[in-house]
Amino acid sequence: MNDVRPMIEVRGARKFFGPLEVLKGIDFSVARGQIVAVIGPSGSGKSTLLRSINHLETLDGGEVWLDGVQVNQKLDRRAFERHINRVRQQMGMVFQHFNLFPHLSVLENITIAPIKLKGMPKAEARTLALKMLDKVGLADKIDAFPARLSGGQKQRVAIARALAMQPKVMLFDEATSALDPELVDEVNLVMKQLAAEHMTMVIVTHEMRFAAEVADRVIFMADGAVVEEGKPEDLFRNPTQERTRGFLKKFLNG
Amino acid sequence: MDISLVGRIIPVFVQAAWTTVELSLISLAIGLAVAALIAGLRLSHVAILRFLGTAYVSVFRGTPALIQIFLLYFGGPQIGIQLEPFAAGAIALGLNIAAYMAESIRGGVLSVDRGQMEAARSLGFAEGQSMRWIVLPQAAKLMIRPLGVNAVALVKGTALVATISVVELTYTAQRFIGSTYKPFEIFAVTAVLYMIMVYGLTLIIDRLDRAYAGEA
Repeated sequence: MNDVRPMIEVRGARKFFGPLEVLKGIDFSVARGQIVAVIGPSGSGKSTLLRSINHLETLDGGEVWLDGVQVNQKLDRRAFERHINRVRQQMGMVFQHFNLFPHLSVLENITIAPIKLKGMPKAEARTLALKMLDKVGLADKIDAFPARLSGGQKQRVAIARALAMQPKVMLFDEATSALDPELVDEVNLVMKQLAAEHMTMVIVTHEMRFAAEVADRVIFMADGAVVEEGKPEDLFRNPTQERTRGFLKKFLNG
Repeated sequence: MDISLVGRIIPVFVQAAWTTVELSLISLAIGLAVAALIAGLRLSHVAILRFLGTAYVSVFRGTPALIQIFLLYFGGPQIGIQLEPFAAGAIALGLNIAAYMAESIRGGVLSVDRGQMEAARSLGFAEGQSMRWIVLPQAAKLMIRPLGVNAVALVKGTALVATISVVELTYTAQRFIGSTYKPFEIFAVTAVLYMIMVYGLTLIIDRLDRAYAGEA
């Protein structure tokens, strides 16, 4: 509680896609160990917001900070490239479509970054990979190739890959949206486990129930702006904004 | 049909075909090296480099290979480039096929899902590292077929350098017609020899393709 510096801080984030303003000045912060779920209709800008945290999207205005370091600071091209590569090593990202490397085995998917970027010896990286795979319940798949895995397994390997860099935060971009319904739970379970370990997480999701269960705070976005945010029990039960009520109603009825 | 003529010319023609093979291999090496460079330019973030790459492809695909060969061999000495026929032919063919091969390479790179680059970058890999360890190994697989098509076109295209008297298969054929007046037999033998070369190349491409495909 004394550690007041937020792990992630976004100030006045603005982003345009052509003439369309997809982020209209967003402010939010995530404390160390906090889990924030971002919900909202498609096109609300929630994925763009998440992707701008690790600079996969470049903001047109505003600042992003990670643990006291500005992510999108102004540097010349080369210096920024070095800077951003360093910063990204501290942020794990999990994508909707997994984006595992199909030409590499599960082991190599997980170890390539620690080996190449941190200079970790191969034997040590293998031990680490086993530990991470154990965590996601897939230690027996270490030598498999991604093509042989189910969607749920792929996503769990993708989580293990991100965790192997021992990041300070984990960013989830609709991690279960591309999965068959019966495979969603196994991925959610892994995320809950991470939550129990006090990993700082930002979770962009369509799953209201999961958001309510796992998040400390929920942010509802629409049209590139934060409409409402609060504890899940407040936001889901007593939304103060008409827009939030409308969105949630659609979900409850659907 | 003069079968005995066919028997008599075959040793010489096989030797000439070997020159065609050598010419093809050297042009292929030049072509691949230049193509990699041009593809790199075409994929660059820097507008001027991209423009240079595009310009190269437009020029070499937009003009006849024969004119490119003539320009280098006949036009070269005028600007201080004096080359033997074989060297001029190999270089001109290599530079020409490079324009096509650059597009095959670029196509392969662009066919790799964008998410692969994003996943690599999000782990902290620099762009060059992501290219080398993540995108290119996957792109290589996708390039084999189109590059193979380019290579086949190159082998057949070597016939053009007969016009600058490189003593390869087609030149040899023309010379023998001059002394025997039997164009049917001679061009038939020539065609069969080209077919054998192209068939051999196709086998190699198939094998490469299968070797790579089996990996994933």
